[in-house]
Amino acid sequence: MKYALILGVTLAAYWLTLSGYFHKPLILFFGVMSVLFTLGLSARMKILDKETVPYVYIPKTLSYFVWLFNEVVKANVAVAKAVLSPELKISPSMIKVPTHQDTDIGKTMFANSITLTPGTVSVDMEEDGVLVHALLAEMANPDDFTEMGERSGWAVGEAIDISEPKTNG
Amino acid sequence: MAEAKHDAASHAAAPLPWTEIFEWAQALLSGGLILTGAFFVIAGAIGILRMPDFYTRIHAAGMTDTMGAEFILLGLIIQSGFTQTSLKLLLIAFFLFITSPTATHAIAHAAHLSGLKPKLGPYQAPDLDDIGKGDGS
Amino acid sequence: MASVVMVYICVIGAIGMLVGMALLLGRAIIGPTFYDRALAVNSFGTKAVLFLCLFSLIIGRPDGVDIAILYALMNFIATVAILKFFRYRALDVPLAKRPERKTTRKGGRNG
Repeated sequence: MKYALILGVTLAAYWLTLSGYFHKPLILFFGVMSVLFTLGLSARMKILDKETVPYVYIPKTLSYFVWLFNEVVKANVAVAKAVLSPELKISPSMIKVPTHQDTDIGKTMFANSITLTPGTVSVDMEEDGVLVHALLAEMANPDDFTEMGERSGWAVGEAIDISEPKTNG
Repeated sequence: MAEAKHDAASHAAAPLPWTEIFEWAQALLSGGLILTGAFFVIAGAIGILRMPDFYTRIHAAGMTDTMGAEFILLGLIIQSGFTQTSLKLLLIAFFLFITSPTATHAIAHAAHLSGLKPKLGPYQAPDLDDIGKGDGS
Repeated sequence: MASVVMVYICVIGAIGMLVGMALLLGRAIIGPTFYDRALAVNSFGTKAVLFLCLFSLIIGRPDGVDIAILYALMNFIATVAILKFFRYRALDVPLAKRPERKTTRKGGRNG
């Protein structure tokens, strides 16, 4: 019920943002009907849960995005220098970064953060790690991803012990 | 019209024209953001054209998708003030922020599954004449 | 005055987008593998979104931003659909293996 309410409010805000109608009763009625229709469909699909309405993650995720934005800017400058230099000095490498997250959403957050940072792209998810393609030599150290993994796990509400790689069973 | 107002203000020693100062600050901030974003977008396009290998081209595309797009959209948001347009631009920025790593990962993963091998090890551009020719796999 | 400067900067940005799109078209044409082309088209779509935003604010009609939203969504869906089609040669395949449901639906299999 809580999830349905929050999803409804979000959908209504989305509809108002896209349409911008506040004074036409008929069109507002259509908007309310479409929001209710979507809510009914989601309830029928049984997807009204924490994964579809992830409002609990929002505050921590926002503060994580601020940190991530800083990292993205730094990596962008490095990659832009490498791309625009005339001799194009790169040394691509494939490394395997161990994941320490317990939940799927934590792993997804981690892999997405890796991909979002230019210079590193997560190529494959395996049981115990992410296969990462790195563009520059200084980005190809698996230990450098530890802080990002810690923070991305923290952003989705995990308590992680990152001192040793988790042996996946 | 704005110039005339400025002249009048300077002659009569009236209080500072805060509206104009605010407008200029807005224009400079958003202009700087847009120009930075455009620089990174073009750098990403050049990188896609210059890089030797598919997996290295992804990185250049990521540069466009993150910094170029977000900075340009941020500049446009600052320019348009608090209106419905800026909310829509914020929505676009959010969509791009969510979907661009997913699409990048989808392409990289598909290439990896299909057996496309990356070129590893140090690399240097051979010569200016060979740029853009590309070579298979 | 400030707004005039702003419009000029937006025009410069839009021209930059067009230059980037032209470069990407080059990669999409000469790209040796299929994935190069998919990447170029995806990046082209991002630039088209940015160009639409800039252009609709230059000509003073913010309605174009709606089209940009639509283009951003369609670009992502098109990329994933094209990749999926070229991997499986069909769109009717689940991308991930679904976990087995413990509870069977009422009147499902046995009926």
